[in-house]
Amino acid sequence: MSASEAALVATDVRKTFVRNTGEVVEALAGVSLQVERGALTALVGPDGAGKTTLLRLASGLVVPDSGSLDVIGIDVTRFPQQVQDKISYMPQRFGLYEDLSVQENLDLYADLHGVPQVERNEVYPRLFGMTQLGRFKERPAGKLSGGMKQKLGLACTLVRSPQLLLLDEPTVGVDPLSRRELWEIVFQLVKDGLSVIVSTSYLDEAERCERAVLMHAGRILAEGRPNEITASAKGCCFLVRAPDGMPARSLQARLFGLPDIADAVPEAGRVRVVRRSSAAPPPFELDGKSLEAEAVEPRFEDAFMLLFDAIAGDQRRESHAGIAGQASVNEETVVEVRDLVRMFGNFTAVDHVSFKVRRGEVYGLLGPNGAGKSTTFKMLCGLLPATSGTLHVAGENLLTAGAKARQRLGYVAQKFSLYGQLTVDENLEFFASAYGLRGSSRRERIKALKEQFELDRFSELPSGQLPGGFKQRLALAAALLHQPEILFLDEATTGADPLARRQFWGRITGLSERGVTVIVTTHFMEEAEYCDRIIILDAGKNLAEGTPLDIRAHAETDRDKAPTMEQAFIAIVEKQRRKDKEGGA
Amino acid sequence: MSTRAANRRLAALRRIRALIRKESWQLLRDPSSIAIGIVMPMAMLILFGYGINLDVKNVPVAIVMEDDSAEARSVASAFELSDYFSAMPVKTMAAAQEMLMSSRANAIVRIPTDFARNLKAGNAQVQVIVNGADSNTARISLGYAQGAVGVWAAKEAARSGSSGGVITVESRLWFNEANDSTYFLVPGLIVLVMTLIGAMLTALVMAREWERGTFEALFVTPVNAFEILLGKTVPYFLLGLAGLALCVAGSKLLFGVPLRGSLVILTVVSMLYLLVALGLGLVISSATKNQFIASQVTMLVTYLPAMMLSGFVFDPRSMPVAVQIITYIFPARYFVKLLQTLFLAGNIWSVILPNAAVLAGMAIALLALSVKLTRKRIA
Repeated sequence: MSASEAALVATDVRKTFVRNTGEVVEALAGVSLQVERGALTALVGPDGAGKTTLLRLASGLVVPDSGSLDVIGIDVTRFPQQVQDKISYMPQRFGLYEDLSVQENLDLYADLHGVPQVERNEVYPRLFGMTQLGRFKERPAGKLSGGMKQKLGLACTLVRSPQLLLLDEPTVGVDPLSRRELWEIVFQLVKDGLSVIVSTSYLDEAERCERAVLMHAGRILAEGRPNEITASAKGCCFLVRAPDGMPARSLQARLFGLPDIADAVPEAGRVRVVRRSSAAPPPFELDGKSLEAEAVEPRFEDAFMLLFDAIAGDQRRESHAGIAGQASVNEETVVEVRDLVRMFGNFTAVDHVSFKVRRGEVYGLLGPNGAGKSTTFKMLCGLLPATSGTLHVAGENLLTAGAKARQRLGYVAQKFSLYGQLTVDENLEFFASAYGLRGSSRRERIKALKEQFELDRFSELPSGQLPGGFKQRLALAAALLHQPEILFLDEATTGADPLARRQFWGRITGLSERGVTVIVTTHFMEEAEYCDRIIILDAGKNLAEGTPLDIRAHAETDRDKAPTMEQAFIAIVEKQRRKDKEGGA
Repeated sequence: MSTRAANRRLAALRRIRALIRKESWQLLRDPSSIAIGIVMPMAMLILFGYGINLDVKNVPVAIVMEDDSAEARSVASAFELSDYFSAMPVKTMAAAQEMLMSSRANAIVRIPTDFARNLKAGNAQVQVIVNGADSNTARISLGYAQGAVGVWAAKEAARSGSSGGVITVESRLWFNEANDSTYFLVPGLIVLVMTLIGAMLTALVMAREWERGTFEALFVTPVNAFEILLGKTVPYFLLGLAGLALCVAGSKLLFGVPLRGSLVILTVVSMLYLLVALGLGLVISSATKNQFIASQVTMLVTYLPAMMLSGFVFDPRSMPVAVQIITYIFPARYFVKLLQTLFLAGNIWSVILPNAAVLAGMAIALLALSVKLTRKRIA
């Protein structure tokens, strides 16, 4: 492949930023890379790996400190406009004009790219067909759902045929169904001969690309075909069964802390383990008892975690000591929801939903955007009154004794909702006093949580400047100050990288083992595997409820014996939607 | 080759048209823009036209008649007959002082015992004491009092044929013979409206694009920075002219303020000021890239000076010298001078040309700076 045939050639590209605090961040530390034309290439890595910076450099929005960068054969540092005339770029937050309708947004980009009317007559129907936005032409972009906004953003970059398409995390915060639809569009584009570079933190997305570039801390860790990368984990992957009565997540939390293990995640009631070396003998032991293990084929994620562990490994070896032995789920019901209904005008957001959660359980609320998860959640936390139905939380009827029940709840919101200007200590002290903690009990509680969450070294740092994963920890610590019996987590891991999410879940597991009941919503379907039971909602209705294994069984077909959680989820939602359509027709 | 250049120009024009159309749609659909662009000027017009009155009339004044001569009574009657004073004759200075203390009088006019005798000698004195608590009213009252005495003295001199050291006192409201503050407040309002639309609104919408990340996608298109700026300024320029029309019509129809100069010149100088305001708004938003900070900075460097330091409400001549010098930094100062001249005096070229030249210079400098500052770069 000569340089002129390449879509992108980077040679020792470096870029550093200086934060407001004076801290120097090395976003790209000498990246050399060649991306071929006509292919789908994924940039994959955790937050702060340098993916966004690389894409911004490639689109001429940021100038590198040193090194050279050619995009479609043009030096983008010297001739950014020439590159911008020929490529399309979809930033992470595609800035749609929210007051403008779908059609007007498209027209704006067509005008800016100088697309003649004749071409539009041909392109628009194709784009509307592809994105299924045809019905919403007149709708203001601000009133679209998250998934539809992303599709419109993609459509805006495709009003003319670019020579290269750059997509920066197009599926962040998008539900699994919309995510799949977006990817179908991208695959079709590549099939039609377009060169696409997409950055993502979803490893399953990278696995489906032709080439994957693994990035970490501004460097390239590995590069190649995803199956070649996956092969590096051959012989290292096992499914381990937990001893009777122990939830998979408890075993996962213990195995994850062991020195020869690179990764562990719960999967289908067992724990998927990646060992650091394929040479090590297989027996798995826990507290002297050997565990049943089955060798399995590696997935891309396994290889990624293995590579990642090799360079960043030991920083995650935090102790999960203190996690008590056995599952502490007992039969006492702490949350009971019966026939819950919430109307907004004529619109039924939550439609006769019922479920029970037992003490010490980890319970997941799953559903696409607009399914009624957040509404249900707000009612559970007493932030929104229900239209009808009953809600008992911690033995109190929330409709009559909200404040009393709320004292026993902890809540971690979707967005970081602590005070960014206050230091870690100040935030904790503020929330402690808000919960009514005083004197020595307050001091001791704050001290204990800071130790538990390893926040000591950041005591004096304004919380807005904490590294990503630590913000999440602080938010969790603040929600635990008053030792709540029930913890609500609303998409608490959105935007977090795989490692940060595993650490987060390790803590949740620890809490549940101490008898705290945890109710979560999440966009990451594999996180449902940490739950004891999950409920799937769509259009305000309960579609399915059960253990992760039960839910997976819904999607089993003769062709696909072991569907992933995500496949199961999509199958369940689509089946219901088909039924509704037939019923309505 | 020339057709290619022509095609390129055509493509650029199409892009600019698309940006202007987009901006206009946003402007029309965003209630907050309408609030700042239309509702606020209307509210200010009504507030300043009807609500605020800086006029000084019927100032209660105690007249101490220490001299009982005909001349002294004649001076006193000059106060009694004036609209600006309500005169209360008292016998002694002590009684007058007591009235001043208890706020029953705002001023004391003392005609001393030797007034008539001194008048004949050509050095008569009348003592005027004004309550200085409200400095604005005090200054005006003092001016009126001096005026009243001056006019009387002039008449007296004319009557007696003798020239008795007459001083005519210049009034602050020289051209405002109806003595109605609406006459200078309402035209002055144009400066506030233009500042709001030109600087504040433009700074906000520009910073909003940075904040919401809408520029990031826009930048990776053939559009260049100059086209983006032009697309932003044209709609707000037109909105500013609408604000001007609103103010001129309002001042004429609602308040009967005369427009003595030419409407064309008024429009031209307003356009110049509007360009200055747009330039300021663009520069501020490019530098801050944040709606909240942009609005605070715009408030500080454009709106407040336009209100306080431009001569719109407070006469710069009554400010300390240091502050007077500072007022020349702000474009509003030149524009207010132009407005008051055009509305109340007429086409006085010796005022119009230098002030308009300063505005034109500022406009060119600021717009050039905004083009320089707006780069298609992130962070």
